[in-house]
Amino acid sequence: MATKNEFKRVDGRKLDEMRAITAKVGVVPNADGSAMFAFGDTVAIAAVYGPRLLHPQHMQNPQKGILRVAYDLMSFSVYERKRPGPSRRSKEISKVTEWALEPAVDLKAFPNTVIDVQIYILQADAGTRTAGINAASMALAHAGIPMKDLICSVAPGKNGQAIISDLNKEEEDYDEGEGATDFAVAKLANQDEYTLMQMDGKIQPERVKEILDIAEKNCETIYDAQKKALKEVVNPEGKK
Amino acid sequence: MENEIKEAPEAVNKPNSSSSKRKVVVPGETIVDGEDYLPGEGTRREGSKIVASKFGLAEEAGRVIKLISIFGAFVPRRNNVVIGRVSDITHAGWLIDIDSASSAFLPIEESPRFINRNEMDQYLAIGDVISAKIWTVKGKGIDLTLKGKGLGKLENGFIFRIIPSRVPRVIGREGSMVNLIKERTDCSITVGQNGWIWIRGQSIETEIKARKAVEFVANKVHVSGLTEKVEAWFEEND
Repeated sequence: MATKNEFKRVDGRKLDEMRAITAKVGVVPNADGSAMFAFGDTVAIAAVYGPRLLHPQHMQNPQKGILRVAYDLMSFSVYERKRPGPSRRSKEISKVTEWALEPAVDLKAFPNTVIDVQIYILQADAGTRTAGINAASMALAHAGIPMKDLICSVAPGKNGQAIISDLNKEEEDYDEGEGATDFAVAKLANQDEYTLMQMDGKIQPERVKEILDIAEKNCETIYDAQKKALKEVVNPEGKK
Repeated sequence: MENEIKEAPEAVNKPNSSSSKRKVVVPGETIVDGEDYLPGEGTRREGSKIVASKFGLAEEAGRVIKLISIFGAFVPRRNNVVIGRVSDITHAGWLIDIDSASSAFLPIEESPRFINRNEMDQYLAIGDVISAKIWTVKGKGIDLTLKGKGLGKLENGFIFRIIPSRVPRVIGREGSMVNLIKERTDCSITVGQNGWIWIRGQSIETEIKARKAVEFVANKVHVSGLTEKVEAWFEEND
């Protein structure tokens, strides 16, 4: 009897509905580019500095610039205070974020330099890496860096047998049936090219297609929010 | 203290007909669709479409689509006049911080008069501010020169920063905007392409007023007929 359509989400969202999106550009005045992106209670800010001189010098590449991402949770962003400073988890997420963003950025234009992207999670309620990537992509654009496209990122997944979009913390901790699956995806907004794909949990190979369909649909919504936020920073009070 | 402006300043005071064709675009966004158009700076062709490669203002100049950045760090080009601060003295010249990705070097030969190598800090000491012209941009590093009109050590007054991509706007067409501010405040102003601006006036009040005027211009991204707006701003604040 129980079909997937009858699955009730904890916060009453539709299966393919994301949490409310908030996007804002220009939140860090001293950075060359910055942005905030929130999925419901997950809030990420990203600041971009550079292109600037890269130290240590041996890391410099005369053929192309380097993208250096630092992702971290603020110590107050989770229920139990997080010990500040890099951890195994934050280093890994920094690296995958770097790989997710790099295909969009034209690094050949800035040899021997570095573009620093700093992502901080102010409030964590699952899906922090995807919110971080969305914020970072807006911040890179805001910094005037040549890019192929914007990057949109969302983490659909699965609770038991039901495919759902943008899991929150409670859904991520779901433990009935097959448990929770978290499938983080990032893609170029206007192309069918994925730059990040990570999965945590179980899923049948044939159901991955369903996840990607939801991701693609959600990414369009995210892209519109990113576009709107970027355009607002040019003309905050509307046309005069 | 005139600046040479080699790059055409963006259309600050163009008639309204052209300003209506400018629009804000994000990377990857299609600006126009059609084989007739040509991709200019900051854009690329994808099939029949012209697509933005940067975040900025897209503008049609005949058949060519141009994209002007409105945010971002300074990208040095030859013949740019920049303002910098001496950060080190070596045996062959000075190291100058011009707020760009690669460091800038001012060789001792490029100063307008002879300098004894043992007394280099008498001419330019660490922390001194200069306006200089970019002589070459090589893979690694920038060479500067002080040979040219209006270049040299900047004394008294103060410097502050604006977003480098707004510099053409502050200078205006053939310097019209900066000249207007100079006239109205009676200050000397040097605008560096790297976004550093140096102001010296008769009194601190006029200097602050000049700074506010410059910031007023730099913060107006989207407005056409900016000269009139600045005139009006001066009327209000006199």
